[in-house]
Amino acid sequence: MGEKIPGSVTRRYLLIATSAVTTVGAAGAAVPFARSWTPSEKAKALGAPIEVDIAKLRPGEILKPEPEWRGRGIIVVYRTPEAIERLETDHRRLADPTSKRSVQPAYAKNLTRSIRPEIGVYLGKCTHLGCVPKYYGKVQPEKFDVRWKGGFFCPCHGSKFDLAGRVEKNLPAPTNLEVPVHQFENDHILHVGIDTGEFDE
Amino acid sequence: MSELILGSLMSDSLENRGLIKRSMTWIDQRFPWTPTFEKHASKYYAPKNFNVWYVFGVLAFVVLIIQLLTGLFLTMNYVPTAEGAFGSVEYSMHEVSWGWLIRYAHSTGASAFFVVIYLHMFRGFAYGSYRKPRELIWLIGMGIYLVLMAEGFFGYLLPWGNMSYWGAEVIVSLFGAIPIVGADLAEWIRGDYVLSSITLNRFFALHVFALPGVLVVLVFVHMVALHHVGSNNPDGIEIKDKKDEKGVPLDGIPFHPYYTVHDFFAVIVFLIAFCAVMFFAPEMFGYFIEKPNFQIANPIATPEHIAPVWYYTPFYAMLRAVTFPLFGLDAKFWGLVVMAGAILIPLALPWLDKSPVKSIRYKGRISKFMLGMLVVSFIVLGYLGTQPPSGFGTATAQIGTLVYFLYFILMPWYTRREKTKPVPERVTGGH
Repeated sequence: MGEKIPGSVTRRYLLIATSAVTTVGAAGAAVPFARSWTPSEKAKALGAPIEVDIAKLRPGEILKPEPEWRGRGIIVVYRTPEAIERLETDHRRLADPTSKRSVQPAYAKNLTRSIRPEIGVYLGKCTHLGCVPKYYGKVQPEKFDVRWKGGFFCPCHGSKFDLAGRVEKNLPAPTNLEVPVHQFENDHILHVGIDTGEFDE
Repeated sequence: MSELILGSLMSDSLENRGLIKRSMTWIDQRFPWTPTFEKHASKYYAPKNFNVWYVFGVLAFVVLIIQLLTGLFLTMNYVPTAEGAFGSVEYSMHEVSWGWLIRYAHSTGASAFFVVIYLHMFRGFAYGSYRKPRELIWLIGMGIYLVLMAEGFFGYLLPWGNMSYWGAEVIVSLFGAIPIVGADLAEWIRGDYVLSSITLNRFFALHVFALPGVLVVLVFVHMVALHHVGSNNPDGIEIKDKKDEKGVPLDGIPFHPYYTVHDFFAVIVFLIAFCAVMFFAPEMFGYFIEKPNFQIANPIATPEHIAPVWYYTPFYAMLRAVTFPLFGLDAKFWGLVVMAGAILIPLALPWLDKSPVKSIRYKGRISKFMLGMLVVSFIVLGYLGTQPPSGFGTATAQIGTLVYFLYFILMPWYTRREKTKPVPERVTGGH
């Protein structure tokens, strides 16, 4: 102790430099392993955007059969002018009418939760536990609700959504149905899973 | 004639004894067998006053062996794909000779693991086994517990039943509740946009290869640390403080043969209970294997009520007890924080306990009350976690969560303040 070994300072610097380079090298070597966990090319291909033909969709209906994207049904609903008016004015029973807490792209953060007021595009997955909400489009008493104004009903735990996928108060689902990213190529073709903005009107 | 035979037999056995001794010498010159055996068994002095709470460490070790063995044989018939998994487990159950026994031993073993680990941990809570100088044993033990929870989670997806699928979906989507990175993190864990064959395949690799390896290493380190400092005991007295002239603790007895024989008896009793469950109630009325798991995973049909397996339910109840957003972050995220906090807070125990005594036997009334409340809250939360959410249930779970955390948070205060009983010089009871 105390006695200076010749070259000990150099050794110390070499030790620090070696440790630093080894750490960088180890971090670099970890990258391929961590990256191998991201979706593979096959998974990406299966999860690729889809093209949906909506030419045959009529007012008051949803697209049948439901198109599928990333293992989930996509609800495409064509709303009547009366229905659109209700969406814009009738908010008494809703938990999140302006979609503050819900998930949707910025262009769908409006009262109809859509790009075009008449066409709504929603993920067919209840925000409670992921069941598939069923479409009850008519304004008529239903067995789960005598004052039903049309919308979606989740058969698992009874959550109710209006025609813009907005959830009613005091039901298990906490937020409105999710809106997937989407865009319209023209009046007939809808893309789900992509929004490049190239077809913006 | 007979004398002749007897004589040759005797000389044989003498020669054999010489042979064994020579072999041991040969081995010991090349591998430290005898010193290792002495250090960890025949000259490892354990306190003589161990009670029944001290068998659960050994039992956990026995369950680990059962799980490694049955798990190895399960992989021989298992197919880790979304298309094959459910069918391959059914195949194991119905067509592989004794396959049902191997599978039920493994599923019963999973629950048995947590039964003995929770009792083992309670022993540590009660007798202050986490106190100086055993802090590292405690931390390593907590590490084992965390790995075990991950192991159970990954394993539960493998049968690809509907509860497997939705349980994993709920837990993975919890990571999605983390602000900013959550969605990407959940996608990274799944390796896909939905829980899929890709997810199943990697969970399989983690469950059968990575985590068991980590588990075995941690168990080894846990025992090395324990044998370095020596075992605690129900009186919380350091037996190494009082030694005879040979340096043997006065209150210590050699682990072998005293506790090996003692523990062997406990293992037999345990295996009787284990077999009773495995043969007569392997599903344990839906608590060990939940009913929806007898149906194949269905991504578009959620089970009526999603509940994790019983050993996670206390923490699941705490997760659900948080129903209000805070600081602009939603309830789901805070639920995750509370759950993670509840699982991790026992790590701080060695530094929270300021009592002058280790064992609950000599601690004051508040400590005893708080420990009792901890147990009650844990059991109540465990029950609530198995039940569908309800208004009353949520309120009860909120109180339970508070009680659970107060045990830890108030500990520095009440252990310092309360009046403790005098600790005897030597351990009490024992053989």
